[in-house]
Amino acid sequence: MRAYWSAGKLRFVGGLQYRSAAFAGMATQFFWGFMYIMIFVAFYSHSSRAGTPSMTLGELISYIWLQQAFLAFIALWFRDNEIFQLITSGNIAYELCRPCGLYEYWYVKLLATRLSSALLRCFPIVLVAAFLPEPYRIGPPPSAASLFLFMASLFIGLLVLVAISMFIYISVFWTMSPVGSLLIFGVLGEFMAGLVIPIPFMPGWLQNIVYALPFRWTADFPFRVYSGHIPAGEALRGLGIQAAWLFALVLIGKRIMTKALRNVVIQGG
Amino acid sequence: MNLYFRYLTILFKSQLQYRTSFWLLAAGQFFIPFFVFAGVYFLFQRFGEIRGWTFYEVALCFGVIHMAFSLSECVARGFDSFSALVVSGDFDRLLVRPRGTVVQVLGSKFEFSRVGRLVQSLFVLIWAVTQVQVEWSAAKAVTLLLMVVCGVMIFTGIFILAATMCFWTIQGLEAANIFTDGGREMAQYPLTIYEKGIRIFFTFVIPFGCVNYLPLLYVLDKQEGSGFLYMLIPLAGALFLLPCLWIWRIGVRRYRSTGS
Amino acid sequence: MIQLEGIRKTFKVAKRSAGLRQALKALFVREYSQVNALEGISFSIREGEIVGYIGPNGAGKSTTIKIMSGILLPDGGTCSILGYTPWEERVAYVRNIGVVFGQRTQLWWDVPVLDSFELLKDIYLIPPGEYRSNLALLTETLGIGDLLQTPVRQLSLGQRMRCEIAASLLHGPRILFLDEPTIGLDAVSKLAVRQFVKTINREKGVTVILTTHDMSDIEALADRILLIGKGRLLYDGKLEELRGRFESLPMDDIIVRLYREFRL
Repeated sequence: MRAYWSAGKLRFVGGLQYRSAAFAGMATQFFWGFMYIMIFVAFYSHSSRAGTPSMTLGELISYIWLQQAFLAFIALWFRDNEIFQLITSGNIAYELCRPCGLYEYWYVKLLATRLSSALLRCFPIVLVAAFLPEPYRIGPPPSAASLFLFMASLFIGLLVLVAISMFIYISVFWTMSPVGSLLIFGVLGEFMAGLVIPIPFMPGWLQNIVYALPFRWTADFPFRVYSGHIPAGEALRGLGIQAAWLFALVLIGKRIMTKALRNVVIQGG
Repeated sequence: MNLYFRYLTILFKSQLQYRTSFWLLAAGQFFIPFFVFAGVYFLFQRFGEIRGWTFYEVALCFGVIHMAFSLSECVARGFDSFSALVVSGDFDRLLVRPRGTVVQVLGSKFEFSRVGRLVQSLFVLIWAVTQVQVEWSAAKAVTLLLMVVCGVMIFTGIFILAATMCFWTIQGLEAANIFTDGGREMAQYPLTIYEKGIRIFFTFVIPFGCVNYLPLLYVLDKQEGSGFLYMLIPLAGALFLLPCLWIWRIGVRRYRSTGS
Repeated sequence: MIQLEGIRKTFKVAKRSAGLRQALKALFVREYSQVNALEGISFSIREGEIVGYIGPNGAGKSTTIKIMSGILLPDGGTCSILGYTPWEERVAYVRNIGVVFGQRTQLWWDVPVLDSFELLKDIYLIPPGEYRSNLALLTETLGIGDLLQTPVRQLSLGQRMRCEIAASLLHGPRILFLDEPTIGLDAVSKLAVRQFVKTINREKGVTVILTTHDMSDIEALADRILLIGKGRLLYDGKLEELRGRFESLPMDDIIVRLYREFRL
């Protein structure tokens, strides 16, 4: 346990060094946030004629800002090239010599990278967004329960996301190139998580598919819990489903990884 | 020009060495905007229209800007990945050759896999052109072509500007994405839906509006007054490239006097 | 043919200091310190010479080479090479020089060597006849005939270096700058490279300026050395004379002695 803790800490502190990258990232995320909000405001201005939309504008705006603030928690294309190189170059032999499980070790590493990246950005973004003029301002959650449930679901969502991203790394044992899996997980997964458009705006048939997959639990679910679009009772049940997904994904991931390590008797030596 | 094609053939030959990864990347480049477009489609299913613009009209907007973006990403990739050239010191190599720096940087990279995005935007464009309710004419077709070509010039100009920043600092380059990726995403909707400040900025400073929104008014018969003027507006947008090249020259001069 | 007069170059280097407070301050105000890379270098080189340009790391070797090849602008002094001022008429001037950076490659990694050569032909606008005869001569003397169809990434370092040198000479330059051409090469390749430099100098009259850390390169090739340290020219003359003066001490000790002599 100590080993995981110090590996994670190393990563975390390392990630905090990239201040100018964080500034640039925040500028970018503000731009995207404003842009999305303007687009939706324009769509909503017409909606009085087209019937009520499935989310209020306020709920949508918190959704957009949270998405920008916690990008590092929800983006599947964030990747750790070190791990890819470890696998393809065969240097993984060193990692296997360490007295800790490879799955756990990588999991902690990835988790710490995302945590440090998000911590630098999330507070400034949320803080600034809370003082913006209308209609851009992010509102507070409707109740303390919503806030608490949001934080819990965001954190479990992060754990689920890292578990999903582990599959990308594990797949490289077979494909020897991350391009394909990054593509499938990155593009498809992010759409299914509601990062392109929020899930309530999707047509019914697509919603049925999306609700059956794990991706939405990483982004769509916590963000809608925050705004109260998903009420507290339902959110509590959701937390249980999230935990179940986490358990299943980690279990499957570990099993496949063991198999991968047994099959691939280390590339080139 | 001759030299540029020579660069292209050699880069194409290099690319052929990595066929699988090329196809995968091309497929990715096809699907990324595909899902974005799907998102736009679903939103229109919900809302019907956006400030008086129908789905096919916005799709036309989308097709034009994505086409310009993917073409310029193919062509100007050398500038997009220019920081690597400076960090590795290979830019010195370009300076000891008897050719201009711009053509050599352009020739240093060409991203063939962006063909995926190009094909996707072509599909969208064709679909939109056939579905949108407009009397097509030769003049409108020319306008559409001008929009794409001049759009390529604007994106290329932004890539050059971002690359020029490398002569001063290689940190924080990520912010340039606001104008490339951000500009692309923004200009896929008609500029009129945004706030005034944004509209002014993207018409007069970085003139995406000139290659997209304004000429589209003419193509869709929404313009007031002479259509001819609207038709030529893309050319005004293309002027954006000139100051970018000028700043690039200043950057190269600075590089040669500081050596960093 | 090459004339340098009082060439000076100063670099600004951003000061970096530890501590969060300093780092935060550095976000807004940067402090710079001046580093004098060259403090008035003067020498001249005649046509057909092979000159070894030596000195410890950070002495200003590559800065001088960069100024002479038109990459870098000096802060002061004059430089005239073949009648050109390198940094002012860059495009016209660089047609006449060839540069090999020992640690970098100018060949395209994934395609056969010949393709890179063909591209260079277009970059330098070499007339077809001249290109053919130069290529024939270079492939023969460097022994790279068999390598031309091989992608660069499959070449050994020695093979690659020979191709690099050929690439720098395709346009028939009158001056060749070699920046550490033998770094990392095995003994056989080193000998081949040296042999070739001698041949090209003798038969085509190419002037060669060579920087290296390998003193045996200098012994084998250069009739004259320029020794620089801390931005100043410490010695200009024959290698043997320098050796004679210091009773054949190792080179590093000679440099230390010279530093003391010049009170640097």
